[in-house]
Amino acid sequence: MGVGIEVHGLNAWYGKNLSLENIDMSVAANHVTAVIGPSGCGKSTFVRCLNRMHETIPEARAEGSVKVGDMDVYGGGSDPVEVRRRIGMVFQKPNPFPTMSIYGNVAAGLKLNGFRNRKQMDELVERSLKLAALWEEVKDNLHKKSGASLSGGQQQRLCIARSLAVEPEVLLMDEPASALDPISTSKIEELIFQLKQHYTVVIVTHNMQQAARVAEYTGFFLMGSLIEYDKTEKIFTTPADKRTEDYITGRFG
Amino acid sequence: MTRSRFHHGLDELKEKLLRMGGLAEQAIDRANEAYRTRDSKFCQMVFSGEAAINDAERDIDELALDLLAMQQPMAVDLRFILAVLKINADLERVGDQAVNIAQRVLDLISEPEIQLPVDIPRMADSVSTMVQRSLEAFLDGKAEVAEAVLQMDGVVDRMKDEAFVVLVQKMHDEPACTRQALNVLLVSRALERIADHATNIAEDVIFWVRGADVRHGGAHFRE
Repeated sequence: MGVGIEVHGLNAWYGKNLSLENIDMSVAANHVTAVIGPSGCGKSTFVRCLNRMHETIPEARAEGSVKVGDMDVYGGGSDPVEVRRRIGMVFQKPNPFPTMSIYGNVAAGLKLNGFRNRKQMDELVERSLKLAALWEEVKDNLHKKSGASLSGGQQQRLCIARSLAVEPEVLLMDEPASALDPISTSKIEELIFQLKQHYTVVIVTHNMQQAARVAEYTGFFLMGSLIEYDKTEKIFTTPADKRTEDYITGRFG
Repeated sequence: MTRSRFHHGLDELKEKLLRMGGLAEQAIDRANEAYRTRDSKFCQMVFSGEAAINDAERDIDELALDLLAMQQPMAVDLRFILAVLKINADLERVGDQAVNIAQRVLDLISEPEIQLPVDIPRMADSVSTMVQRSLEAFLDGKAEVAEAVLQMDGVVDRMKDEAFVVLVQKMHDEPACTRQALNVLLVSRALERIADHATNIAEDVIFWVRGADVRHGGAHFRE
């Protein structure tokens, strides 16, 4: 099951540049939350702070409190590897391991976490591919085909399956459909809708219609600040802040 | 980069609706003039003007549909287009009611003129003012002007109720006047309907500007 995320006083820097300032946000468990805003507003930085990916960039750092379920992400004893296992991430461009089979791609994270039981691994790979709505398309070629041989949309669902295999509680998606055609995009969107039954999903998107279609809650970021955060239908019909309205109606950005 | 093509489309939609509002106002004024002067020429002007209102309705619906389909408007723009679609339907109905009034006037002037104890021109002035103000509220996006229109609706309702009482009494007392009294009763009902459409327009302006649903006497904001 998904867990809620509580963010308090989160600040993030690239070198000396403050790119996120004092973010407070409660993300509801088992819901889809969209993060929108113009380029450079800090939305990707925000989600990368949630699973400590931000700090993998040289001179980047973050401070503040991020609690994912019972896990204190920035607490003294937290292990970044464990954090990233529990909080999976899917990126803009599908990035399957090109030399690995479809099976190998999905099992990679399991192997990395020391998983050795072959029968259980088979089950987990099948379950993950089914959850990612890819199983029917690849089940006959699991070992024969490489991940790179799939179409763009299938590759992205493969990457989602890979993230799901390690049984995370939260799935972060950074522009997961922006490199895909409309049919693959609608498959991913349908998948996101299904996934929230089992996971908490946070999606960064430039596409406001996509946010409106998939997310129950939407946060609008601008220049490193969270300007407005509310139910998606409220944000897209009657936003409270003029800056949100100006952005979503295309009056700036 | 701002969406200039889209915003140009919104301006065009507003302009078209205001032009249609002008046609609807003209139809009301001509119908009222026909009543006041008992001149069938004004009735004919109302009838011949109806086609332009109907064409405008279709034209506005089409442009609104295109903007919805191709620009995926959000927030204030989405509320604006929804308001335009509803106001468009109301203005078309205003045109229909003006035609109803003109038809009643034609029937009235085919009968001898009699004195009736109702002040239709006064009621018509109030109704005309309501339509004018509701369109002014739309033009300037002024919710407070729209609120003033809502206050006027009760006055027109009372005028119609009073007309009903005195005209029914007249029909009872002087059955020979029934035809004329009934026609005037129907004119007052058409005017009251126009006032209802002006009220709808005002409510739609408030929805567009403030995002509040004030229909049916409430103020409902989305939570």
